[in-house]
Amino acid sequence: MSLDFTSSEMMSVTAARALNNDMTCFVGIGLPSEAANLARLTHAPDITLIYESGTLQTRPDVLPLSIGDGDLCESALTTVSVPEMFRYWLQGGHISVGFLGTAQIDRYANLNTTLIGDYRAPKVRLPGGGGAPEIATNAKEVFITLKHSKRTFVKDVDFLTTVGFGRDGKARDNLPNIGRGPTVVITDLCILKPDPESKELVVHQLHPGVTREDVINATGWEIRFADELGTTPAPTAEELEVLRNLKARTAAHHAGQH
Amino acid sequence: MAEFLSLREAVSRYINDGDTVAMEGFTHLIPFAAGHEVIRQKKRDLTLIRMTPDLVYDQMIGAGCAKKLIFSWGGNPGVGSLHRLRDALENEWPNSIEILEHSHAAMACAYDAGAAGLPFAVLRGYIGSDLPKVNDQIKFIECPFTGEQLAAVRSVRPDVAVIHAQRADRNGNVLIEGIIGIQKEVVLAAKRSIVTVEEVVDDLSAGVNACVLPSWAITAIAEAPKGASPSYALGYYERDNAFYKEWDGIARDRETFQAWMKANVFEKGAE
Repeated sequence: MSLDFTSSEMMSVTAARALNNDMTCFVGIGLPSEAANLARLTHAPDITLIYESGTLQTRPDVLPLSIGDGDLCESALTTVSVPEMFRYWLQGGHISVGFLGTAQIDRYANLNTTLIGDYRAPKVRLPGGGGAPEIATNAKEVFITLKHSKRTFVKDVDFLTTVGFGRDGKARDNLPNIGRGPTVVITDLCILKPDPESKELVVHQLHPGVTREDVINATGWEIRFADELGTTPAPTAEELEVLRNLKARTAAHHAGQH
Repeated sequence: MAEFLSLREAVSRYINDGDTVAMEGFTHLIPFAAGHEVIRQKKRDLTLIRMTPDLVYDQMIGAGCAKKLIFSWGGNPGVGSLHRLRDALENEWPNSIEILEHSHAAMACAYDAGAAGLPFAVLRGYIGSDLPKVNDQIKFIECPFTGEQLAAVRSVRPDVAVIHAQRADRNGNVLIEGIIGIQKEVVLAAKRSIVTVEEVVDDLSAGVNACVLPSWAITAIAEAPKGASPSYALGYYERDNAFYKEWDGIARDRETFQAWMKANVFEKGAE
């Protein structure tokens, strides 16, 4: 019998599976944090999670609302200052995976979290870069997770906040000290990976029940599919149970603090 | 030596119209009580610096205190936009504000350089980003030893630093615990500093490597219990995440915002 699950759950479970026990993961807030903690509570109990607030090797019981909730600090091995976090631990080369969310992504996996429209007269002002610009270049590789739609998957980002492979796919070429960049993008429809040569994102796996047309209709450029297109395994009962419990615990915790 | 003052007196004496003011606290220990006092005293034309503007700057911008904002992430964490900041940027309400934006790594380095008395900071940053195109405080330099291209950012040297901390002893030494963020750097980078604390105690009970700011490095200390709420102070109270979510609805609309400010800031005096 197959289990019932939502496309959001499919996305979180798939993103969690991208992580393993040996990784030191710099975790962005929101979807990446949900996936990283799901990984820690299922198949990767010893994964090292690091948040930009300086909390090293943290094991929160509920998902933090902010990057600096008290639970992150109290459950961490240690907490360092923000300059130390970015200079020694990130720039110093101790992070294997940077896990990021974004508002917009383009075909070369460049991220926009700054604004929609013109810089001096924005149509929609977004929060800005935060930790992402340097996480994306100083981590050894980058995982990205976001919901798939024509609004989020655009041919060229309005503003390039955080580099994937640049406007031409070549931004990382010939630089002496830079990570591999985005190696996987996980959405609620599919898994994409950059083409080894051109660096353009290509669909490698469709989630169960998702068609090529679904992805084409939700992507703002002529999306390509890998020759051997796979199907992502559905979530297991255990993955769904742990995820749902985590989210229920989180909702109760954040609602009950007034 | 730090002088113990009421919050009202500290803000009145050390924050002037037109000053560059950095009120820090990385999610934790955000100096809300001090921000509200700045709003009540109707300080104007401030250049506000903060890595994560958060609700405190949303309130100050909406109340018309700011002419410029220097920041690296301007959202309501885990919730969404800062609607007052957006209204200022998109519609110039209540006034237009200039912005200068960085990444977190660059701002952390800029504070660190400010504390170290240097004119700029160097980092391996901004590679491939459009941010250097819109921020003239970001340049690229060549390493004199390896030839590698690195980013340089102007250091942060505010007129006034404002932070919240757990406690001070009676001599004015201050202990900061938990997510210490950029608290030490901002105080040391600034010309003057105001530190609000949860309580004043006889003994700090600080461990040998604790984050302690000596009294002689601080200008003024004001006791402000719950002075970081709805942010939090580790060991005293938790982050009021429910309020952070509520703020989204309050700040979305100008009238709701003004009513909230009237009831919760203007009609409440400093402690």
